[in-house]
Amino acid sequence: MSDKSSSIEKGESLKDTGITLRALGAEAIILRHNASGAPELLARMTGLPVLNAGDGMHEHPSQALLDLRTMLTRLGLDPKSASETCLKGVTVVITGDIRHSRVARSNAMLLPRLGARVILCGPEPLLPQEALSLHPSIEIERDFDRALAQASVAMMLRIQKERLAGLSLDLGAYIEGYQLTEARIAAHVPNVLVMHPGPMIRGLEIQGEVADGPNSAIEEQVSHGLAIRTALLVRALGVKA
Amino acid sequence: MTDLLIRNAHLIDPATSLDGVHDLFIREGRIAAIERPGAFSALEIKDTIDAAGLVLAPGFIDVHVHLREPGQTWKETIATGTRAAAAGGYTTVVAMPNAVPVNDTVESLTWMLAPARNAAIHLLAMPAATQGSLGEHLTHYEALAMGGAVGFTDDGKPILDDHVMRAALVVAARMGLPVSQHAEDTRLTGGCSMNAGPVAFRLGLRGMTVEAESNIVERDIALLREIEAEEGLRPHLHVQHVSTAKALAAIRQAKQQGLHVTCEAAPHHFTLTEEVLEGYNTNAKMNPPLRAEADRLAVIEAILDGTVDCIATDHAPHAAHEKEVEFERAPNGITGIETALGLALPVLHRQHGLPVAHIVALMSNNPAKIIHLKDRGSLKAGNYADIVLFDPTAEWTFAAAQSLSKSKNTPFDQSPMLGRVHATISEGRVVFRH
Repeated sequence: MSDKSSSIEKGESLKDTGITLRALGAEAIILRHNASGAPELLARMTGLPVLNAGDGMHEHPSQALLDLRTMLTRLGLDPKSASETCLKGVTVVITGDIRHSRVARSNAMLLPRLGARVILCGPEPLLPQEALSLHPSIEIERDFDRALAQASVAMMLRIQKERLAGLSLDLGAYIEGYQLTEARIAAHVPNVLVMHPGPMIRGLEIQGEVADGPNSAIEEQVSHGLAIRTALLVRALGVKA
Repeated sequence: MTDLLIRNAHLIDPATSLDGVHDLFIREGRIAAIERPGAFSALEIKDTIDAAGLVLAPGFIDVHVHLREPGQTWKETIATGTRAAAAGGYTTVVAMPNAVPVNDTVESLTWMLAPARNAAIHLLAMPAATQGSLGEHLTHYEALAMGGAVGFTDDGKPILDDHVMRAALVVAARMGLPVSQHAEDTRLTGGCSMNAGPVAFRLGLRGMTVEAESNIVERDIALLREIEAEEGLRPHLHVQHVSTAKALAAIRQAKQQGLHVTCEAAPHHFTLTEEVLEGYNTNAKMNPPLRAEADRLAVIEAILDGTVDCIATDHAPHAAHEKEVEFERAPNGITGIETALGLALPVLHRQHGLPVAHIVALMSNNPAKIIHLKDRGSLKAGNYADIVLFDPTAEWTFAAAQSLSKSKNTPFDQSPMLGRVHATISEGRVVFRH
């Protein structure tokens, strides 16, 4: 369900939309919503399992899970045995508009719990110090080259122009400082795994050649999404295998 | 009106230096006399209250409540809000002007204060400082003062424009009345729904910085200094619901410099922090927002050292359906008029050692001074018999469902309270009894 394809556009509250869906026989609700915390409200109001398909700037848990599956697969780890140490020795550098990114929040909360080292990278306006509160082991490195040199995985994020809300950003300087290019990869980490949750802006946070290149797992991420989301639905509905 | 004798109460009133067991005799709605226990036994008084074991204090005065009438009576009315206030031990409340329409004329002020509104206790009002609370053109201060205004405020919004705020302070100073400022630089808080910081970051919510509050406080204090120097007037700035260490530091310094600044603190700001917003509890959403622990402790410190003049609840009722929405879309405000004493005693008295007498000063003596009440806010003989009787040791649990307010939007539902109001007497009439 999304707020644009329901009676929410006509002024109906999320609570009433949820109750209506429940009355229609819904056993679980998948919600994407532009307000942070909306899935918690819907779950509280309906008592149904609610799958968070992205809420505002808060979380995007299924994206983090599909990112995990992509990493395990591409790094030659066992995708069937996620554990507290399954990403031990893996350093994930998440770069870009972390302030406004629900993908960054979910990954920064999930990956350290599985043993990964997570480095956040970006200029202060897009990456406030408060981001350190996402997990006790999170690190911030503002210099992209220095961060990239340590990366097993480079996860790039789009600048969310629609959420900048008064922040002004010099895009030229941003591209200069933070764009993932073939040259940067060759100089620092020829084997780095390149990921992006999409939508990506070629030529801004990522060079088109990098997105299409051999390091890129961007297309695979989408395929893993299908498997992960199917699994989440099975779990939410209590379907027995 | 009949006589009423309250016997054996522990009278506490710093304004008249009372702190001991006495009998208090009420005649024709006024405090007639205070004597040692048993002194009035020769008088044959039919109505007596045995208040042994209870504290008797001047009724509480809240300089900051929202009664939602006219215009939003599904949230609250003057009748229901003042009954809830009586249950909280209050005998005077000051209604903010952000009703619908905004209280910005003598006509609307007179309507609000009329007996037909059926207020249970003494009702006062601060009308809008600017027309429609739009921050542009001053309302008619002289006429409003004649009509009973006890100050001017655009509460809910700040007076942002420097020239307009300066003019408001100057004109109000000529009336001898305060300008009560909601200190928020709204140019910095667009789209924000809680305090800026790690919790807001984790929740994916935009945060209000402490500077959004302190910038306006500092600007207003600079205006006071300028007006004193240039106009030979002594303007009175009252800062509402101060929530940050930074704004309190500015107020503390201004007071030391002799400027006429007063301020209020709300019980939720000295009781809770932003941490309770984990889980997106819209019943803990208000403006100014719950802050970090360091700011909460700064509010308490400022209460202890006298920087904070009074406790005000910012009682802000909203219907359940208005709060059962996405966090960012929920209106700001919580009810608070019935829980102020029950929160002040555990936090300020039990945890931080503030004497009960100081709490009485913060809730009655001092707010009376801020709005220049002559015959209320102390137990002086001849004053209106506005009285609260409470047990400062009673531990109980607040149940929002039992609240006398029309609205139940409180983060303190099922919270432990210390100190229970047993009776509230307004102008000699018992208006609440537990």
